[in-house]
Amino acid sequence: MMHEFIPATDADRQAMLDAIGAASIEELFVGIPDEIKARFESLDLPALTELETRQQLQALASENANPDQYVSFMGGGLYDHDVPSAVGHMLMRQEFLTCYTPYQAELSQGTLTWMFEFQSMVCELTGMEVANSSMYDGASALAEALLMAERVTKKKRFAIAKSINPAHRQVLNTFQWAREYEFIEIPFDPQTGQLDRAAVKQAAQESLAGLIVQSPNFTGVIEELSGLKDMIGDAFLVVSANPMSLGLLAPPGQFGADIVVCEGQALGHAPNFGGPMLGMFATQKQYIRQMPGRLAGQTVDKEGKTGYVMTLQAREQHIRRAKATSNICTNQALLALGTTIYLSLIGKHGLRQQGELNAQKAHYLSRELNAAGIETKFNGPFLNEFVIQVSDPQATKEKLVSKGFLVLGADTLQLCGIDDGLLLTVTEKRTRAELDQLVSALKEA
Amino acid sequence: MSTIFEKSVPGRIGYRLPEADVPTEPIESLIPDALLRKEAPNLPESSQIEVVRHYTKLSKMNYGVEDGFYPLGSCTMKYNPKINEDMARLAGFADAHAWQGEELSQGSLHLMYDLGEMLRQTAGMDAITLQPAAGSQGEMVGMMLIRKALEKRGELGKRTKIILPDSAHGTNPASAMICGFEVMETKSNKNGKVDLEAFRANVDDTVAGFMLTNPNTLGLFEEDILEITQIIHDAGGYCYMDGANLNAILGHARPGDMGFDIVHYNLHKTFSTPHGGGGPGSGPVSVVAELAPYLPVPVAVKHDDGTYGLDFDRPDSIGKMQAFHGSFGMLIRAYTYIRMLGSDGLKSVSDHAVLHANYIKERLKDTFNLPYDETCMHEVVFSGRGAVEGAHMTDIAKRLLDYGIHPSSIYFPLIVPEAMMIEPTETVSKEELDEFIDALKAIVKEGKQDVNVLLEAPHTTPVRRLDDVKAAKELILRA
Ligand SMILES: Cc1ncc(COP(=O)(O)O)c(C=O)c1O
Repeated sequence: MMHEFIPATDADRQAMLDAIGAASIEELFVGIPDEIKARFESLDLPALTELETRQQLQALASENANPDQYVSFMGGGLYDHDVPSAVGHMLMRQEFLTCYTPYQAELSQGTLTWMFEFQSMVCELTGMEVANSSMYDGASALAEALLMAERVTKKKRFAIAKSINPAHRQVLNTFQWAREYEFIEIPFDPQTGQLDRAAVKQAAQESLAGLIVQSPNFTGVIEELSGLKDMIGDAFLVVSANPMSLGLLAPPGQFGADIVVCEGQALGHAPNFGGPMLGMFATQKQYIRQMPGRLAGQTVDKEGKTGYVMTLQAREQHIRRAKATSNICTNQALLALGTTIYLSLIGKHGLRQQGELNAQKAHYLSRELNAAGIETKFNGPFLNEFVIQVSDPQATKEKLVSKGFLVLGADTLQLCGIDDGLLLTVTEKRTRAELDQLVSALKEA
Repeated sequence: MSTIFEKSVPGRIGYRLPEADVPTEPIESLIPDALLRKEAPNLPESSQIEVVRHYTKLSKMNYGVEDGFYPLGSCTMKYNPKINEDMARLAGFADAHAWQGEELSQGSLHLMYDLGEMLRQTAGMDAITLQPAAGSQGEMVGMMLIRKALEKRGELGKRTKIILPDSAHGTNPASAMICGFEVMETKSNKNGKVDLEAFRANVDDTVAGFMLTNPNTLGLFEEDILEITQIIHDAGGYCYMDGANLNAILGHARPGDMGFDIVHYNLHKTFSTPHGGGGPGSGPVSVVAELAPYLPVPVAVKHDDGTYGLDFDRPDSIGKMQAFHGSFGMLIRAYTYIRMLGSDGLKSVSDHAVLHANYIKERLKDTFNLPYDETCMHEVVFSGRGAVEGAHMTDIAKRLLDYGIHPSSIYFPLIVPEAMMIEPTETVSKEELDEFIDALKAIVKEGKQDVNVLLEAPHTTPVRRLDDVKAAKELILRA
């Protein structure tokens, strides 16, 4: 039977078998021992037509919440921002979508050029000197930051803010176990929600590989990064930042960060149930040879024309094997391209406006909630996420869902040690009417 | 080609935000001035059409699977069905938050569970995680599973060594190293397979595990695989299969039946999710029952009442590898693909991938040196050495660009000098195969007449040969 993905006809098969001198396709599988073939059991799955497959997938998609029936106040590292149509359309161009890693530079200038642009934009946002062309996600980028700090400092002890995204912390815990790291947890101030600086000072007495902070942190509070680097000396200051905030907030590079990582999903990508995501990774030039991930560099061709190639590949697994700076090969290229296009569209001043708009809406909501007697848990500065105080967060969350509002479950905040709060996230997509409705719903809850 | 930065004109915008519909306050009254950015980041200022034109132009300087034959070995550059893209963009999937709760995520979880079952059974294994972002992260998960198992057995400090063949992909040793293992290479024999004698000598009671791609990176099935996995098991180690080459054996053989304990899949190779210029991918990992308790959290499960869920309650789990549940968008595409092919279709995929590779092998073996002359699986590895006096493999590959065909992988695997690794996949037509074969023959012929045609190639691409040394010396990495 013919299949639309496989062009060969009976005549083609016969011609090829004749050229090979084989009687059947089965004969070509001689290399597989009979004993293994005899054990084979088929999956036993019928082939569906495109029409049937589409119907099936549509039915599955409709088993999820219908996005039209809910208003989302969920964030916590995965955001519901508006994505300009141009981003999605450009990503659908098959020359970007279907090509491989740009190993043949002359036929990959499109990819190599946007990699260079992406690296430049990540540097601009973070205030750092060099950036790679992507990591798997914000969490794995953070794990790579620990590995790199270990390589440079030759130490295995890290001070980690308790207020980083608990899902990222869980990933770090995996590496803590696998690489035998020691973690010192830095609490947050119960009033401000910001890092407890006295605890940082104390942790710095032990010789540290690095201090890991997130800003805005998981509770939405913006950290005071100023002065942290001085407290920890040679240890790496590793900052995990929300890149959407970096048009408005001072870049971590300004405060002496050694590595800045971001989860880039907020810049031009739908939530997609949490993946694929986009890890961003930036550092200072002095550490470039210890950096993980692919890099595009500018050069010229033999006629002097400007072009781009992958460079410093001697750090990478395909050259350095067991001594590579990372095992990463396939990365998140297409998402990095999407973010490059997103940032080109929103532009130099647009990203700040985006941050301000998000902040204005979130602060309006918090004022209205406060006026209605619902308290915000921390008084530290915030951008578009904040924690409200509720006595029974799970029950409140369920009531909100029944009224058509999505908020993060209480269990995630509990991982940060907060069991009387709910995290609310406000993006530019939320209208004043929706914010007011949430206030009413919370008043009743 | 100029960058988008060079095209920037102050004042232009490519996207507008709505006015605030809430009462506003000066931003400095909301966020202390010291925390605010003083100078705008130097992002481009372009109108929408300029951005669209710039990236359209860039796209035209690339070569995609829809442009023509793309026989990049080990990468499985098959056709990426259009329907995959539409399904991944269905609003119910695309707009879903990873943490919106089981009741509101039944469609996503149902798909994950079913795909997991299909992949698990395809490999003949007992349990699966869909979380790893790519093959390499899958390898890291696999190495961590071994680490956990050894820890449980109280043998962690004692078993320190991962053995892998000299033909292994670079990610294999790199992944083992990150998880704290030492890497020992075992040599290949004159037939391109694991040398059993040398292998046996390397195995002792310090072995934690063994990693192998099968068929291996030469496109050859390791015929001693049952013995190899037995030797490792007898010595108390675990066997990891790098599943990068699964496109060769679908419907014919299963890693579980070869004695492997762990196997990763590259959904971006075997199961048609697009490579995206380098990613994203997806690298699920399946395991035998003994290792199942250690899989990363959460695992997609089906409850007794027929609903689907995420199981976080796995006390022996190695933990999380990604913030959320894996490359869900890629899982949708792979699921779509598998449903359209069904089990017979998947077998047909491997049938044709293998047929095509052998056809190329047969037709080119008089033109290029074939270091291992036997029936191959889904890819064939030639050596470019000696094909054209004075020319390297890279010169031949660059000349192929002038013929409008993407070259094969070159210089991998490392054990073949001047390697040319050709993987045609099942989605190529015989006409395209013949065109590729004829082009390579023509290149060798023209090279023999005038080697400069090769050394100067490519002649027709958007740029000519680029200066790698200059790039590495000057390190211009941002605009
Ligand atoms: C044989 C082999 N193993 C492992 C990998 C790594 O897979 P990934 O790029 O998905 O991390 C590759 C991919 O290039 C490969 O060809």
